Amino acid sequence: MDFTFLLQLLINGLVVGSIYALVATGFVIIHKSTGALNLAQGEFLMVGAYVCLYAMTTFRLPFAAAFPLTLAFTALLGVLIERVVLRPLLGSPVISVIMVTLGLAGLLRSGLQFFFGTDTRAFPELFPSAPVMLGVVPVSQGYIWSVAGVTVLLTALGLFFRYSRAGLALRATASNQQTALSMGISVKRMFALSWCIAAVVSAIGGVLLGAIRGGIDMSLGHMGLKVLPVVILGGLDSVPGAIVGGLFIGVVENLTGGYLDPLLGGGVKEVVPYIVLVLILMVRPSGLFGRKKVDRV
Amino acid sequence: MTAMALSIRDLFLSFGGVSALSGVSFDVRPGEIFAIIGPNGAGKSSMLNCISGLYRPQRGTIAFGETPVTGLPPHRRARLGIARSFQNIALFKEMSVVDNILVGRHLHARTRLLSAGFSLPSARISEKAQRAKVDEVVAFLGLGAVRDEPVGTLAYGVQKRVELARALASEPKLLLLDEPMAGMNSGERDDMVRAILETNAAHGVTIVMIEHDMGIVMDISDTVCVLDFGRRIALGSPSEVRDDPHVIKAYLGEEDD
Repeated sequence: MDFTFLLQLLINGLVVGSIYALVATGFVIIHKSTGALNLAQGEFLMVGAYVCLYAMTTFRLPFAAAFPLTLAFTALLGVLIERVVLRPLLGSPVISVIMVTLGLAGLLRSGLQFFFGTDTRAFPELFPSAPVMLGVVPVSQGYIWSVAGVTVLLTALGLFFRYSRAGLALRATASNQQTALSMGISVKRMFALSWCIAAVVSAIGGVLLGAIRGGIDMSLGHMGLKVLPVVILGGLDSVPGAIVGGLFIGVVENLTGGYLDPLLGGGVKEVVPYIVLVLILMVRPSGLFGRKKVDRV
Repeated sequence: MTAMALSIRDLFLSFGGVSALSGVSFDVRPGEIFAIIGPNGAGKSSMLNCISGLYRPQRGTIAFGETPVTGLPPHRRARLGIARSFQNIALFKEMSVVDNILVGRHLHARTRLLSAGFSLPSARISEKAQRAKVDEVVAFLGLGAVRDEPVGTLAYGVQKRVELARALASEPKLLLLDEPMAGMNSGERDDMVRAILETNAAHGVTIVMIEHDMGIVMDISDTVCVLDFGRRIALGSPSEVRDDPHVIKAYLGEEDD
């Protein structure tokens, strides 16, 4: 075990973790503003990857055209899902909403299988394959672009929430829906907006993941499940928590994969996030940055 | 005759079998301070919720100026110029004072989502105007020292003032205040009374307020409406209402025959 190996694992972990962070952010945004847990988050990611792949291979569009198209498609899909599937459930118990997202996940997944089949599809090469030397460690250019992309996106989202009017309205809605309504905020539109943002960021995650893996198949949807340990760790209603949680889970996963899998015969990498999930739930159920509900009565 | 600021006609509201309002009517003249009083459970907050749109009455109509608003959702009424504060402070607790007040400005920023998202010049100019208005309200209510504090950490009386500031920031035509003085000490009350009077006088805002402090109600109201068990039992100037036998009965109980 040398130092380069450790660095390599760390870098892999941070790269994958940054994508977890992105998808988890989408999850947190929906939870914060609407109170629902979206179990179809991983399927949004798959939709993004497959739509981009389809645009690039079947329509032979360059990435510069296929990518915006993918974003537009998923944005529309997010709004449509909120409108058609979730809005009729306004006022229903949270558990019904969660069940519906589970159904939605099945629907999206089957739809993708129907259109694209279950075979692994090669993802077009977006980044030059020659690695760049980062000190002693060779790092693929895809990784660098991916991390840079996620960083820019998360910063943009942060600024959006902090300074834009729509971001302010979203935060107000997340804080107190009735009061937001009295301030002239259309809560329904804010719900639609959060589904839209969640779908788009997940789709971007899907495209990046496709690009750095080189191929996509139905297992991409498992990322949606990975998001659960990430957000439980970070706190269900905290965007910074989603980022820290994502990076942490990514790194832990890769470190255990690198060091423990060879010793224990493999599979530890897949289990570790969920072990973290259980531990966190036992020790600190509201997560690292989650808000504990304290009401002044 | 000019149009009334607010016309309530024959309002019925019930929850399950319990009726909160039964056939209440009244008019609020433009620019007046209109107080709704009554014992606990009289339907005062229900009335305010009907006006702001959080409750939908089963029967009756509400008109804001000439506009019927009975069927409109709360955010549409807010856009027409109805702002409110809540009995139990309903601020966005984790957000700063300034952000809370900015939410009040929400409906004045006419920029569209996309231009704001991309921070186009038009959006930025509007943003500047919003901040200027917010600063004005902050100064008006003396909140300068706490402007960047998260609201949840502030003292009760200050939070009440932030809530008023947020309502004022929307430049309302009609301001609904649900017990603006509740839980305040006398210094805070004086400040609040001054703020209400000044809002009413300087900006010509019509005010409908629920308040339990009879001294204040009698001092500052132009008209007082008394509710009891969901019915209007008296309506008139403070002195008329004070001497009304129904009101005395509702507050003090009936003497044995």
